[in-house]
Amino acid sequence: MSNLKAKDINETITWKEITLGCSVFEGGSAELVNTGDWRTIKPVIDMEKCKQCMLCVPVCPDMSIPVEEDGRRGEFNLFFCKGCGICAKVCPFDAITMIKDEK
Amino acid sequence: MSYNLKEELKKEERFTGGHRMCAGCGSPIAVRTVLRALNPEDKAVVCSATSCLEVSSFMYPFTAWKDSFIHNAFENAGATISGVETAYKALKKRGKIDDTYKFIAFGGDGGTYDIGFQSLSGAMERGHDMVYVCYDNEAYMNTGIQRSSSTPHFADTTTSPVGAVIPGKLQKKKDLTKIMVAHNVPYVAQTTFMGNFKDISEKAHKAIYTPGAAFLNVMAPCPRGWRYETEELMTITKLAVDTCVWPLYEVIDGKYFLSYKPKTKLPVEDYLKAQGRFSHMLKPGNEWMVEKMQEEVNRHWIDLLVLCGEK
Repeated sequence: MSNLKAKDINETITWKEITLGCSVFEGGSAELVNTGDWRTIKPVIDMEKCKQCMLCVPVCPDMSIPVEEDGRRGEFNLFFCKGCGICAKVCPFDAITMIKDEK
Repeated sequence: MSYNLKEELKKEERFTGGHRMCAGCGSPIAVRTVLRALNPEDKAVVCSATSCLEVSSFMYPFTAWKDSFIHNAFENAGATISGVETAYKALKKRGKIDDTYKFIAFGGDGGTYDIGFQSLSGAMERGHDMVYVCYDNEAYMNTGIQRSSSTPHFADTTTSPVGAVIPGKLQKKKDLTKIMVAHNVPYVAQTTFMGNFKDISEKAHKAIYTPGAAFLNVMAPCPRGWRYETEELMTITKLAVDTCVWPLYEVIDGKYFLSYKPKTKLPVEDYLKAQGRFSHMLKPGNEWMVEKMQEEVNRHWIDLLVLCGEK
């Protein structure tokens, strides 16, 4: 029985190699998917203005604001960020601005 | 232990990016917050009714869930998770499983208020040790914004279109939270996203760790269906709570507790004008709709205050 991982399952494999019943044998494989290319605007943070209140972190629908080991917020993960702008709107210090995303 | 956002956020994320929910969607925010309420050492089995969440978070071969995930059909998330919970109990009794597992089902309002209702009702009545979380976005968003029994009165949807014939949805919203209270389960709560997420996080933790069946109703706005700009999510939920359209409360062993009382109860108009689905209500000649809505909200709010012993 095949227990291929998501990274090896693509258009080039045959039906015989697909996992039985299309089961997925690993957690969180969606992390391979780039949803950042949906974006037309992107968030930019001014770390000078950021007071690490963390209010922007739980409102992100795309887990794009990583929390570092010391408990501080890190730079945006633009691989997932879809540019919804909720974080910029909730920031009490106007540290996040949304700008046009030039690709 | 008192709630601390910074400490909560240090926990490992159990729902990953790379899911295909729309930009600004409320449902992944509900999911990650509920899963964050799990103790990090505990494992979970998650089940989802067919929904936006299900089709977008679990597209073969990608899963956005780090925990075990099972999807069965639209109508039976309650039955599916209760079956898994029963199997776990049997294995645990025979000593074949050591870890602590928690059982969480997610459903949209379509899969909860309507299609999955009998299955949910059965699971609650049988008292499985589980939590059913409804992320309520007030219509069938996945298939193109059709009205559900959760859609508010007068809302414009594709199957209750505003025009010369009807003024939006003709029927009122079903009060599912109270129906779940009537199942006599140990924990029922209604919540949404507010400020530092204290309300929803604490309720999710209580729901998960209360032995027996629990139900959580989370308002999860849909920018596409409700027609507002994506960045306004937290403004919308705050207005829903401050106008008392979506009051925050919990019911523990049948006793009601009010979680939040707005300092000034805002007129329902403030909530309506923030969303395109209600824009017709604010046109000249349609004042009666706003009045009717305000009357309904006031009546439910006063009823709730009485139940909570606040009045």
